[in-house]
Amino acid sequence: MRDLKHSAITAAWFMFLTLPIMVIHVNTIEKTIAWRWENMAYVGAGAFVLSYVWRFLMRRRDGGGFRSLSPGAAGRGRLLRAAIEDRRISYPAAAAFAALVIAFPFLFSLYQVNIMISALIYVMLGLGLNIVVGLAGLLDLGFVAFYAIGAYAYALLNLHFGLGFWVVLPMAACLGAFAGILLGFPVLRLRGDYLAIVTLGFGEIIRLVLENWGTFTQGPSGISNIPRPGFFGMEFGLRGSIVFMYYVVIALVLLTIVVVSRLKYSRVGRAWMALREDEIACQAMGIDKTKTKLMAFSLGATWAAMAGVVFAAKTSFINPASFTFLESAMILSIVVLGGMGSTVGVILGAFILILLPEYLRAFAEYRMIVFGAVMVLFMVFRPQGLIRDRRLRRKFRPTELRGDADGDSGGATDKAAGMKAAGAHG
Amino acid sequence: MEYFFEIFFDGLTRGSIYALIALGYTMVYGIIQLINFAHGEIYMIGAFTALIVSGVLGALGLPGYAILLMTLPVAVIYASAYGYTIEKIAYKPLRNAPRLSPLISAIGMSIFLQNYVLLAQTPDFLPFPSLLPPLDVVDRFHGVLSSSEVIIVVTAALVMAGLTAFIKFTRMGKAMRATAQSPRMAMLVGINVDQVISLTFIIGSALAAVGGVLIASHVGQINFYIGFLAGIKAFTAAVLGGIGSIPGAMLGGLVLGWTESFATGYVSSDYEDVFAFALLVLILIFRPAGILGKPAIQKV
Repeated sequence: MRDLKHSAITAAWFMFLTLPIMVIHVNTIEKTIAWRWENMAYVGAGAFVLSYVWRFLMRRRDGGGFRSLSPGAAGRGRLLRAAIEDRRISYPAAAAFAALVIAFPFLFSLYQVNIMISALIYVMLGLGLNIVVGLAGLLDLGFVAFYAIGAYAYALLNLHFGLGFWVVLPMAACLGAFAGILLGFPVLRLRGDYLAIVTLGFGEIIRLVLENWGTFTQGPSGISNIPRPGFFGMEFGLRGSIVFMYYVVIALVLLTIVVVSRLKYSRVGRAWMALREDEIACQAMGIDKTKTKLMAFSLGATWAAMAGVVFAAKTSFINPASFTFLESAMILSIVVLGGMGSTVGVILGAFILILLPEYLRAFAEYRMIVFGAVMVLFMVFRPQGLIRDRRLRRKFRPTELRGDADGDSGGATDKAAGMKAAGAHG
Repeated sequence: MEYFFEIFFDGLTRGSIYALIALGYTMVYGIIQLINFAHGEIYMIGAFTALIVSGVLGALGLPGYAILLMTLPVAVIYASAYGYTIEKIAYKPLRNAPRLSPLISAIGMSIFLQNYVLLAQTPDFLPFPSLLPPLDVVDRFHGVLSSSEVIIVVTAALVMAGLTAFIKFTRMGKAMRATAQSPRMAMLVGINVDQVISLTFIIGSALAAVGGVLIASHVGQINFYIGFLAGIKAFTAAVLGGIGSIPGAMLGGLVLGWTESFATGYVSSDYEDVFAFALLVLILIFRPAGILGKPAIQKV
């Protein structure tokens, strides 16, 4: 009964709240007013139902029902994990997946391949931002600036000096890293939330400069006729070049995955995660805060710049409108939704966020509003994202335990795992 | 010289609006150390509500001053209601979460609200009626100073004086100051911290709505995206003055307003927004605590 009353109040409140913006539509030119009362009914009904869902999720989050659900979930997880660890299952599955990836351009239409390339570019961007946000815990809202730097580097170097894709790719990577250091050096001394705003400002500065410095960047009209990558002088037709592009992106994504996952458990990677958890403790352990942060920042920027080059080559036309804050927000939501720090999660997040709106064209205009809502809801109810980042753990075997300690190895291992990386995946 | 004064007053007008919005950032930051990213959207919603209400009232055939007198309170009430609701949904459940979580949630809220207005209303720029009445006294200085500029500056000054008095002299103001110093201690001496936080959001949103209605009426057009830029700039003003400090936000707003006006007036108008961001970056590098702020010492 209390729930009912509560939901009714919530519904009434939201009906009041959305009254001017949802219901009334003023046509300022003809001075007419449209009253859309049906919207109010939708809002009321929606709020009534959602308030029940909200309360249910809230109770689950704050203990209670959550625990009773977890054994089943853990059991399912264990089954999947066992399947992955069993080579008889995992090897053929991996082979089948690899075959599908390779055969993809021949199985599906060019349109599908193009969409896939876009999604893979976002995988690269997401993994790059994951280093900065997920591992090092630095909220970078101007990530798109480095993406723009990469794209414009290729476009301009090609336009003025005729340099090809393969020459520019490493150059852009260096340029991105350099830009990351240049921006990171002054701002990384700041606390997290200041960093967010400064990077946001930096991203906007880059975009505004691209838009206004017409003589250098060709302004808002952009640069067109950017060539696709060649292969040792070989020329492709339209279809061939896109298919080749696909393989290039696949290779780059694989490279990214390998590098990122190797980095994660390296000395630097562990320093990043430690820094994310507690800066002061981290400094006390003798980790150079500025240097470690700079490294994360410039490595993230490197990947963004490479993705930028690929993007410029893929679309063969770029203008400043492709590099707005929304793009940064989109990449951030990929990382947040997928699971901060988790490589698999970020890949999954990129595919969901890029492919779903492509196939659900009817809902394309609702895309951003859903992103916004998803970001809030995930932060409230599932801050770890779709796939929780698993930390490397040391496995204690009974023989080891006997000589080690008397009791409390269970809880402490989890925390210490970030620092000590030994043993197998947990 | 006339050109100088024209720019001077333009900067003053902008600065007072920035200051009004910056106060919301600074008050919220002072109490829960959160950059309320959705604050710019509150300002936008205030302006949109004013547009809609004035449109309805105008269609009913009410005279201009009656429209202004009714529009402003409605916009303020709605903006406050949005601010209150946003806090309850997106920030309150994250009170004890890591610092990054509420910030990301705030960004999500900001994107949500922008697109909510975009879908429910329109993506285009809408002409905003000039609600502010002309003043005969001012119109003599035509070209240097306009009556809407005078009204904006005076209103902003009055509102800020009222806020200062509220925080200095009332019981609730005292509770707010106490919560800003230490929420836990405030709770121990019997202050309802949740209530104080809600009130902070309500007051901040109300100020943003006043700013939104004034500037929209001055500029003459709005769309769903105005809150984004205004929000970042007001945040810059808050940081400039020293975030968490109320006089700092006012000072920061004015400094930013003048910087922008003089830079666009004498250097280049293409890079209007770049100047604001560059100022923000410079301040954070050389004086992260801001003009009036005290450097924060992080303790274990």
